[in-house]
Parts: sequence; C-alpha cells; structure tokens
Amino acid sequence: MTEFTDLTTRQTLDALRRGEFSCQELAQACLERINALEARLHAFITLTPELALRQAQAADRRLLEWRHAPNDPLPALLGLPIAVKDVLCVANIRCTCGSRILENFVPPYTATTVQRLLDAGVILVGKTNNDEYAMGSSTENSAYGPTHNPWDLERAPGGSSGGSAACVAAHNVSAALGTDTGGSVRQPASFCGVTGIKPTYGRTSRYGLVAYGSSLDTVGVFAHNAEDTALIFSQMAGYDARDATTLDIPLPDLELKDDASLKGLRIGVPKEYFIQGIQPEVESAVQQAIAVLEMAGAQLLPVSLPHTEYALPVYYLIAPAEASANLARYDGIRYGLREEADTVLDLYCKTRQAGFGPEVKRRIMLGTYALSAGYYDAYYGQAQKVRTLIKNDFEEVFKSVDVIAAPVAPSTAFRLGEHNNDPLAMYLEDIFTLPANLAGVPGLAFPVGFDSQGLPVGMQLMGAHFREDVLFRIAHAYQQMTDWHLRKPVL
Amino acid sequence: MTLTLSEVEHIAELARLSLTDQEKELYRQQLSDILEYAARLQNLDTSQIPPTSSVLPSRSVLRPDKSAPSLDIKDLLLNAPQTENDQFRVPPVLDQPS
Repeated sequence: MTEFTDLTTRQTLDALRRGEFSCQELAQACLERINALEARLHAFITLTPELALRQAQAADRRLLEWRHAPNDPLPALLGLPIAVKDVLCVANIRCTCGSRILENFVPPYTATTVQRLLDAGVILVGKTNNDEYAMGSSTENSAYGPTHNPWDLERAPGGSSGGSAACVAAHNVSAALGTDTGGSVRQPASFCGVTGIKPTYGRTSRYGLVAYGSSLDTVGVFAHNAEDTALIFSQMAGYDARDATTLDIPLPDLELKDDASLKGLRIGVPKEYFIQGIQPEVESAVQQAIAVLEMAGAQLLPVSLPHTEYALPVYYLIAPAEASANLARYDGIRYGLREEADTVLDLYCKTRQAGFGPEVKRRIMLGTYALSAGYYDAYYGQAQKVRTLIKNDFEEVFKSVDVIAAPVAPSTAFRLGEHNNDPLAMYLEDIFTLPANLAGVPGLAFPVGFDSQGLPVGMQLMGAHFREDVLFRIAHAYQQMTDWHLRKPVL
Repeated sequence: MTLTLSEVEHIAELARLSLTDQEKELYRQQLSDILEYAARLQNLDTSQIPPTSSVLPSRSVLRPDKSAPSLDIKDLLLNAPQTENDQFRVPPVLDQPS
C-alpha cells in the first residue's frame, strides 16, 4: 500500500477528505515504508508508531463526524503524517538532540510550532536524526550514527536536519519539520532534492526548540514543493507569547495561484555567490533556473553583497559563543546524563565530557574562547559589528530587488566521511547559507537540476524580512514550469 | 594564531569539560586553524559600526504581571538524575568541615 506515500501533502489531504483511504491506512503505510527503508537510511532517532496510530484513529473519527456535518470545518492538516526533527520537544516523547547527554530526556511540554501542527490535525510518525544539537552539515555528528542520502546511500543528506530532509525525499512522509541556524534546512533540502523554508528570524516560535544559537535559530519545513511547504508553514508560523522574539506581524496571503507569471518581480543575482570553487554543474543549474524565472517575466538585476566572505568567520564565532552559553545548562543536575563525582565541579566536568560529542565540544571550546576575558572584543565583539555590515548589505540590496537568487551550497551532496578530520572544510560547506541567518532574512531552497552523478542541485531565494510569501510565489511558479521536484530516488 | 596547551586547558576549565590529553592537542590545532581563518575579520574597519544586538527592530516586550499555571513539580523532576523531597539532589557544593 506504499502508493499512498507517493502523494504530496495537498494531494494527501484531498484524498483523505474524499475518503480514498483512511488516516489509519495512511499512517500504517507510512510506518511500513519507514520500517522497510530505515536500515538503509537511518532517518529517525525515535519512531512513534503507537502515537501515530492513536492520532490516526482520532482523525478518522473526526472525518466521519465531518461527513455527517460538513459545515463544521476540519482542521487544515487533519490526518497528515509528519516527522519532526529531534531538537523540537514533544511532550512525553524522548528528545535526544542527537546527543548522548539527552539519551533519556523526556520533555514535559511541546514546542509551539509542533503544538500548532498537532492542533491542525497532524500525525507524528517519529523524531528525525540530526547533527548533535544541530551543529553540523551532514548528520554525521549525531551520536546515533549518520543518515544516508536517499539519492546515493554513500553520501551525506546534508545537515543538520538531514533526517527530516531524507525522510521526505524517500517519501516516508510528505512533510517534516527542521530547524535552520546556519543553513540546516536549506542545505539538506538541496542535497536531498526537496523544498525547504528557513523563515524570517522571529517568524516561527523557538519555544520548545532546544537552543543552539538563540539569535539565529529558526524552525522550518521540508516538503515536496513550495505549495506544501507554504501550507505547513502557514499553520505553525506567527507570534507566540512564549517567545519574546516572535513578532506580531500577520502572515501574508500564502494561497498560491497557478498563474506562473512573474511579471513585475525583480530578482537580484549576487556576484559573491557565483565564485571560483563552486561545482560547475551547480552553477549552471542555478543559472538555468534563473533564466527560467526571467522567461516567466521576472527582471534580473546584478547585485552585490560585499561582506559575504565574512559571513563564515562571523557565524563561527557568534554561533559557538551563543552555543557555549546555551549548553552550559547541561550540568547533570536537573535532567540528562549525570556522571557521579564527589564534588559538584567534578560532576559538571565529567558529565559534560562523557555526554557531548567531538563537534559540540569543539564549538563550546571555540565559543568559550571568543567570549573569554581579553578576547571578547577582538572576536565576539568584532563579529557582532561585522554582522551589522552583512545585515546592511541585505537591506541595501532589498531597496532595488524583491528577492536574491543563489546556489544553496557550493557542491552537491558530499560523501559520508569526506570531511571527517577537517572541521574548517566542513564549515566551508555553509558559506552560501550563513548570511541569511546572520541577517535574519528568510530563505527557500528547492531543486533546480541534477549533476552527472544523479545528485540533486538546489537553489535558494532570499527575501526581505517577513516576505516568505514572495519566495513561495516564485518557487511555485518555477515548479509549474519544471519537474525537478517530481523526481524520486530509486530505493 | 596558535593556541598554547595551557590556553586550551584554561578554556576547557571555563567550559567545564574534563578533556583528555589527546583532545586537548586536537582542539589546540583545530581551534588555532579556525581562529586563524577568523583573523580576516580584523582587516575590516568597524570603528563606526554598532554591533548587532537584534536582526529585528529592537523593542521592549512586556506582558501583564498575571500569574498563570506552570508545569507540575513532579513532572519536572521526572528527568532529574537524583531527587529528594521534591528537589534536585547534588553532591556537596561547599567543602565539608574537617
């Protein structure tokens, strides 16, 4: 019965309402497909089959009531199976963050983004794999082992939300939640050939998201196309009294029209994102996609974001600095792993030494150094000033264009293990995604071709603060004219 | 930019990590490389540039000072490694009198 799982989110919801299959049949089909593929993909850390079937049963009851009383509107996502990255808390389901230190942590509350989707009727099939505390670009930093890319099992799915991207690409579910602090939705979306939104900072609540870099963290969505991504996003975004950084700005109209015309839209093409060292097939696929947008009526304008090259050092000082402060809470006292010791200080040091993996320790060390007495001004202080320059670059460019189009990553999916001994080389994978996080602007990644190895190539659109709607509109128009997003990996 | 072993030990102490000797040497090299790369930030004149405090327009966020239900103590203690009388139990914080 796996054909149910070939459907997009919109198609799935329509089919459920028409009664073509039940929520329970669908949930069962998703779980069966996950079980059949999991040994090869390892997209999940925790599966929640009992919960999923219980939710599906309740959804079927609701559908039955609705058939008798169709004037009482159904929750927008009723019966839709989704997966959630294992850094977002769901009450009474363990949340590991890909870390040994939280191996047995069972949160007593649910993240706002997840709660809103549950209220809209989704069914949770499981918590997906990610780099430990979302620190990484390949899922190889998960304490539970890496996820494999559905397009080539020897390759990384990207990261840190690699499990969510892979399980959508493999049609385990039609949509999944991820988080994006430095590219962790867009880069895995690109590597796995799916569509992924990194919202404006402050658009999606961070309540219940385990903190990594608090001035950068956003909660995003993966799906098969822009329309589905927008649908899920519209259900979970918006002001939350529990996260003081969310803004009470109404969501723009996300109802996407099938008219593919982009007349009147100005698309900026930044020269700093088409540089030496980028894989030629990535550059040509992105250039062709930009040409398609031009054919649809958009006006192309060359633009410049002159401080782009500084985004990497700025990010790798600010994010580790925030992480070193955020992760100070893992001390073996209130929750998580505890290594016993005679004194509290020893207990802290032994617990953290035993519980954190190599990349997390590296970033804690780096961030602690950048914040330490004598180095604060030179590293953290200077990084925050250069961040202002990066933010100003975007503000300047958005005076003359509506969106910026660029590659997501300099290459297609790299091999698992390729960057094992060189953290700096791994960090360089993020050069095109970091600026949007530093500036707080939204970014949408979607597939625009394949390289000669058969690996997906992604493009990203970046927009002004709170203009996710323009990104969705353009990607939707592109997906009306092309079929890259319809391709499926052979598994 | 080359970190010394004693600098690495000092950072590890601040970060509350009891690193192995092997890790200390590894992080000494890797952090040195990363900080070397980050040194390019010093080339920019930022004397007139304010640091970013928020990417969004800064504003005060206030709410009415009203009490609301919070999570149950029993639920919150379920994850604690050791508890006693509805509290977290820890080893002695102060030196024991001899």
